[in-house]
Amino acid sequence: MLEVERVRKIFDGFTAVDGVSLSVKRGEIAAVIGPNGAGKSTLFNLITGHVPPDAGRVLLKDRDITGAAPHRISLMGMGRSFQRTNIFAKLSVFENVQAALITHRRRGGNFWSRSSDLYRSETEALLGSLGLLDKAEAVSGALSHGNQKQVELGIALACDPEILLLDEPTAGMSAPETHETIHLLERIARERSLTLLFTEHDMQVVFSIAQRISVLHQGRLIAQGTPAEVQKHPEVRRVYLGERH
Amino acid sequence: MKRVPWTVVVLIAGLVVPFLGSRFYTFVATDIVILALFAMSLNLLLGYTGLVSFGHAAYFGIGAYTCGLLMKSVGAPFLPSLLAGGVMAAAFALLFGFFCVRLTRIYFAMLTLAFAQIVWAICFKWNDVTGGEQGLPSVPYPEMGWMGSLPVLGDFRAGDHFYLIVLVIVALCFAALRRIVDSPFGRVLTVIRDNAERAQFIGVNVRGYQLAAFVVAGFFAGISGALFGIFNRGVFPDFCYWTKSAEPLIMTILGGMGVFWGPAIGAAAFIVLNQQITSYTQYWPFMMGTVLIVLLYAFPGGIAGTLKGVIERLRPRFVAEPLIAPEMGNRDARG
Repeated sequence: MLEVERVRKIFDGFTAVDGVSLSVKRGEIAAVIGPNGAGKSTLFNLITGHVPPDAGRVLLKDRDITGAAPHRISLMGMGRSFQRTNIFAKLSVFENVQAALITHRRRGGNFWSRSSDLYRSETEALLGSLGLLDKAEAVSGALSHGNQKQVELGIALACDPEILLLDEPTAGMSAPETHETIHLLERIARERSLTLLFTEHDMQVVFSIAQRISVLHQGRLIAQGTPAEVQKHPEVRRVYLGERH
Repeated sequence: MKRVPWTVVVLIAGLVVPFLGSRFYTFVATDIVILALFAMSLNLLLGYTGLVSFGHAAYFGIGAYTCGLLMKSVGAPFLPSLLAGGVMAAAFALLFGFFCVRLTRIYFAMLTLAFAQIVWAICFKWNDVTGGEQGLPSVPYPEMGWMGSLPVLGDFRAGDHFYLIVLVIVALCFAALRRIVDSPFGRVLTVIRDNAERAQFIGVNVRGYQLAAFVVAGFFAGISGALFGIFNRGVFPDFCYWTKSAEPLIMTILGGMGVFWGPAIGAAAFIVLNQQITSYTQYWPFMMGTVLIVLLYAFPGGIAGTLKGVIERLRPRFVAEPLIAPEMGNRDARG
């Protein structure tokens, strides 16, 4: 599904991502972990076209998407969320999700029909599955942090992605919210047979749902494998898990 | 609340003006209607797409010169000339916009200004075509003889007849703009305004949409310019000057860019204030500046935004409607 081959990104002489390779199979739930500043977000930005890599290749469904524009990559079936909540804050929750449906179904060029009822049932169904239906008319920017994260997930899902990249989906959430969100993600991934790639700082979350884990440290990949393999990996224990225990 | 067909309401209100029988009222009303279209066209960029253009007068001027030249020098009929004015303005908006949308924020604004100043300089110097500094005087009125033979309108002056034509054309433009902002295309524009970065990741070609909005705004600015050239009985280089670009900006801020009708209300307020204040004092720009400062601090939503806020606050007292308060979300989530 997704192949990342030796991508590198250098910002002003600082190597943020240094020759990282990883691959995600269709239907897999994969995670990228690493301490703050390890290059997780940069790696995601390289994959989704937010910033072009200085070296290396990114393949989505065997097609080279290295350096392609974000909107093209999005239309090819890759959705993403951001570490810092990134939604259309002045629009209602309904409009947030509906807009994603409109653009993804390439109806944005239609400037003559009314948009207000377009895809109403699909939008409501999606909001329902996220537990946001009662807040559909609320201005999304006024919601709680946890709800805004759900809205962001709704935007990403409305694009009907085959692979979804989630950058710290539970960042800033309380323990119960984290628990709830992870369950939601697992359920949605199963229902839609989604491929998931996510970054996370909460180890419990990672080991509970990820099937494959890649560990980044200072821009380099230091380990890759199943949760059990990664947990046993000596270097991982030293640089990452060791810091916490 | 049911949708009020404001376009129809305003159109009917506008139709009453010639019956007041005052040459002055008709003059002011024509001015307002034409410049309202100019401001509304700018608001497609400013309020809906989040693009600040400092050079919108370029398209106003191009529309005016195109239509004026066709009618005066070629003797072309009114409607094709008017349409040509809009199309020519849109064509230039496509050309200039192609470069402008590659920049963001202040750089975008500066480039729109630069292009507008180039247009102004060309109009100012190209004596053979635009008449240079002297402009293009005595642009003819459209053929309006047929209106004299109509039952009720027969007794009106030419100015009233032209006003009615302007009113109908602008009403059609407003209806078109309304459809555009309510369409899926319009929704994508608001998404870009709100968060252009995020928009890319839901598959929006941000520059493409911005350029499309720029072209549409240019078209309607061109139509308003073409009408203004005829109304003014001449087209002059200052139609493209940067102070002319500031006018719709001020009107839009005055009226409120968050409301569809805001810029039109702003245009009316701007012109009426101008008329009233200049009859008392020569310090009109000083008074206008003061009004703007007060507005920006006390009523950032403009006239229309403030009115809308007041109506929405009063509404629940009359209509028992379950409104979902934004704070509710906060309480729910932290359970």
